[in-house]
Amino acid sequence: MKQVHFITELFDKYDGRSLQAYLNVGGFASLQKTIEIGSEAVLTEIDASGLQGRGGAAYPTGKKLRQAQAEKAARKFVVCNADEGEPGTFKDRELLKCNIYQVIEGMVIAGICTQSQEGIIYVREEYTNMHDEIRNAIAECYSHNYLGKNILGSPYNFDLKLFSGAGSYVCGEGFAMCESMEGKSGRPRSKPPYVKQEGFLNLPTLVINTETLSTIVSIIKHGADSFRRYGTEESPGTKLISISGKVNRPGVYEIPFGLTIREIINDLAGGIRNGKKGHFVQIGGASGGILPEWLWDTPYTYEDLAKAGLSVGSGAIVVADEDNSLLDYLKVVQDFFSHESCGKCTPCREGNRQLRFIFERITDGTVTVADYDRLEIVLDVMGKASLCGSGKTEVVPFRTAQRYFPELFLTKESLEAKKAVV
Amino acid sequence: MKPELEQLAESICAKYDYDAVNLLPILQEIQSHSARNYICEEMARIIAQKLDITESRVYDVITYFSALSSEPRGEIIIQICNSTTCNVNNNRDLIHWFEEELGINVGETTPDNKFTLIFTHCFGACDVSPAVRIDHDVYGMLTREKVKELIAAKRGVVV
Amino acid sequence: MKTVLLTIEKKVTLTIDNETVKVPEGTTVLEAAKIAGIHIPTLCYLKDINKAGACRICLVEANGSLQASCVLPVSEGMVVKTNTPLIRQMRKHILALILANHNSSCPTCIRNNNCELQTLAKELNLREEIFEREYSRHIDDFSPSVVRDDSKCINCGRCVNVCNDVQTVGVLGFVHRSDRTKVAPVYDKSLAELSCINCGQCIVNCPVGALREKDNTDLVWEALADETKHVVVQTAPAVRAALGEEFGLPMGTSVTGKMVAALRRLGFDKVFDTDFAADVTIMEEGTELLDRLNNGGVLPLITSCSPGWIKFCEHKFPELIPHLSSCKSPQNMMGALLKSHYAKMNGLDPKDIVVVSVMPCTAKKFEVQREELEVDGIRDVDISITTRELARMIKEARIEFNRLEDEAFDDFYGDSTGAAVIFGATGGVMEAAIRTVADILTGQDIEEVNYEAVRGVEGIKEAEIQITPELKIKVAVVHGGANVKALMERVLSGEAQYHFIEVMACPGGCVNGGGQPIVPDKVKMETDVRAERAKALYYEDSAILPRRKSHKNPSVQKLYREFLEEPNSSLAHKLLHTTYVNRQ
Repeated sequence: MKQVHFITELFDKYDGRSLQAYLNVGGFASLQKTIEIGSEAVLTEIDASGLQGRGGAAYPTGKKLRQAQAEKAARKFVVCNADEGEPGTFKDRELLKCNIYQVIEGMVIAGICTQSQEGIIYVREEYTNMHDEIRNAIAECYSHNYLGKNILGSPYNFDLKLFSGAGSYVCGEGFAMCESMEGKSGRPRSKPPYVKQEGFLNLPTLVINTETLSTIVSIIKHGADSFRRYGTEESPGTKLISISGKVNRPGVYEIPFGLTIREIINDLAGGIRNGKKGHFVQIGGASGGILPEWLWDTPYTYEDLAKAGLSVGSGAIVVADEDNSLLDYLKVVQDFFSHESCGKCTPCREGNRQLRFIFERITDGTVTVADYDRLEIVLDVMGKASLCGSGKTEVVPFRTAQRYFPELFLTKESLEAKKAVV
Repeated sequence: MKPELEQLAESICAKYDYDAVNLLPILQEIQSHSARNYICEEMARIIAQKLDITESRVYDVITYFSALSSEPRGEIIIQICNSTTCNVNNNRDLIHWFEEELGINVGETTPDNKFTLIFTHCFGACDVSPAVRIDHDVYGMLTREKVKELIAAKRGVVV
Repeated sequence: MKTVLLTIEKKVTLTIDNETVKVPEGTTVLEAAKIAGIHIPTLCYLKDINKAGACRICLVEANGSLQASCVLPVSEGMVVKTNTPLIRQMRKHILALILANHNSSCPTCIRNNNCELQTLAKELNLREEIFEREYSRHIDDFSPSVVRDDSKCINCGRCVNVCNDVQTVGVLGFVHRSDRTKVAPVYDKSLAELSCINCGQCIVNCPVGALREKDNTDLVWEALADETKHVVVQTAPAVRAALGEEFGLPMGTSVTGKMVAALRRLGFDKVFDTDFAADVTIMEEGTELLDRLNNGGVLPLITSCSPGWIKFCEHKFPELIPHLSSCKSPQNMMGALLKSHYAKMNGLDPKDIVVVSVMPCTAKKFEVQREELEVDGIRDVDISITTRELARMIKEARIEFNRLEDEAFDDFYGDSTGAAVIFGATGGVMEAAIRTVADILTGQDIEEVNYEAVRGVEGIKEAEIQITPELKIKVAVVHGGANVKALMERVLSGEAQYHFIEVMACPGGCVNGGGQPIVPDKVKMETDVRAERAKALYYEDSAILPRRKSHKNPSVQKLYREFLEEPNSSLAHKLLHTTYVNRQ
């Protein structure tokens, strides 16, 4: 069982632009069911599925929805996070393109379960070419009462609109997203209070990933047990991965948790191009860890990746072969953060400035022992003292690279030893 | 105050109820009316007035988001992805082809103000990497020849 | 309408460095630690102004995780540690990162020995520069009031918050992102080209030397050295309430006598008091008010002493220009009188007189350059310096300020009243005006002159004052840009109706002006600078000065008798009144 179709069941089975086509293949059955059985039964099912948030933090979805439900306020929001900004990630793109109605269905269900009546799909600016189709889908749903007042004759109301990002990676973070929806620059606020308590317009806001929403719909439709048929005890279910880089068949695949990295690369993505040898992968986005080829038999699960110092993150897998230099790769990663970090807190803003200097010197060969000392300090401060998760996790690729390729950054001792020999 | 700027700002701000919460869509829509793909200082000032917010907030937002610009750019924006996947897939050639075809370096605008060529970070086209984004459309799996055709087509020239 | 809610304040118990502390719910860990006697270092945080949690210097371990204490609310049973090896190391390294992006040219920096970054480096025992330095080289010195040295900016954001939230001027902001993030004026223009009101609140809230006043001390030294010039100085009321701080005296110490003595030692030919002109202002503005009240003039009348407010009005509320009093500010009335009446009385050619003003204000530097503020081609005031610049001159001249014997202002133009001295605090102009207007309208010498309703640091103060049995006037006193904006919007909409409004651009009025001594953040956490300094002025009014009403100033009476004839006479109009510009 390599590739599976639990969330992607309806991919290419219907014209994703047509509500009628979606209904023809059984669309909105989960919403009907939700209305029938009520939110408690739905939440129990989601709890039972063991679904973890697919945005990267892997927080139990059932718990998250219950917390959102518990917030008391006159207005509450559900925001679908479709600001897919992690490099190498394009699975939400597929969900929006092939199965937007399922995403909308998930939003309405999330609204019902959390007693929120306002929803926003936050789509990244880079997907502008899909915005109109998403807006059309929303309009279709309104005209057939899948959105709006008294949905399908139920007492539930839910409004939905699209919000376009304007080009900022950090806006994928809950607070930065709220800031940008409020017409401000996307600089995260400090916690507590949390987004779920005081998010958009300082009102309770549930920010939930596109894939999580899609999965909820499938779980309600097929039951938690059928979801748990896939995966492992600690990583139940399936996951959309985006695989790219030096593979023959880059793309989005739905996998059960537990396949090894090597299986994903060889059996799904068609192996490394041109018969080259693999070198390393980066898993989970820009702040994801680096895993060397000799560890590619690691199962793709939350627990096994954690043991290796990595996480599932966005579900991205970028594959590099023997021709790709890891140092060059890390420089690109660093450059990404130098461009995309928000610049609000000292560790991340100044840390990236210093990392940029260090990588410039690594590349031009003028790196010194002192630079490596500085590298240690910068990574330490960024990882521990940054304001938001972006700064804190930025160190992961560098730390895992150090761990698996210790020769990469010459240590103080070895550099001195080298000097002594000369 | 230039009346045409005032009129444009008025119609768009009115559409969004003069509510500063909508600053991002307002700015994006206003910029889409600019032939040079930017928001000028006078326009920023007019928007600030209409939404009753400070000019510095408007300028902050324009400079913070990469889809917005405070400086004039070309009519067509070509963004070459410079993130991990495209680097792994050796986007150096692609960069070179575009530079050659346009006669400018990355970061520059052609003298006729037709094209601006810039680096960007991942726009989620890694399955067709190395990729470029020309305005809102994505192109991948490019060859030297395809780049030439693409630019010619954008110039309105048939080859 | 104020509603008093009787609530039982909920208390939260937590442990900070093994001390049990009980504080009200909603308190931050930083504040709770202070109550426990623990001073957590801060940098971007500034009480009532900036609470971003961005610089990360105030990190503590709360329930085992590192958190910025300035934004972290206390919670029941929370265990906080503020002094662990990890925290000390983090703080040092964060500080080192900040220093790497800062032009540490301390000995020649305007903020040497009064720099929060410098103090922090010392207190945190940072003994080495760890990182490679890279900082901007951009300096904007085109504004007549404010100089921005980007090389020293540490992106703390205090100026941004003051400019946007406190003052609602909004010319300084954060721009770009990541390591390109910086504080910059709108569209990277010079402050001189923007709607900056020159209030200088950014300067007094900057922890480092990134913002400073345009230094005019060289111009003053030059004038003093020029034997062909008759150099006179005038000092604004608020200067005496704060200058002592520059010499280590407690906040709120009035140093009028020492200041006068120091100015004489610096070589000024005459040392005069802007308070004299403040009394004249009351005569002119009071008359203007009565005229508008009696003859159906434009109301409310709005004061015009604060040049920051004037520029704010010209940019943001040009439709209110007809409401502005046509009176020049006391600074410029004084200049115009010195170069006319004083020149005539002393047989001096006005061209040979250099009028220097010492002001608590950076906007005064802009004001003296305003085209309108001259008479027959002669500038009212030639050079304006701030309280801080005067302190630097005194130090440079090696005058031992604290050992000076008190001296009195020179005659006539040094005479003033308690009404004038309180101009330096919010509500002072209003109170002074009421004291005079009430006497005129009642024909009496009213004994009770303390109008408490218009005093204090509340942002918008309103009062109805029964002046005669027939006349009750409705007044408002407002200070700080955001309050001013809110009130003016209500005035424009017709929602608020007043006869007379006093406006000061700076929060607290001139005592807290942008030209005043810079108070360290630690002191600001514990003291309300505005109230402390104002005390010195109200003390002079009630206990020192023999007269408390402007129209009782004998020299002012004489000036009208022998020169101006009467308030709002044609000569008074020529010398003492002005016009404004729509800058929108």
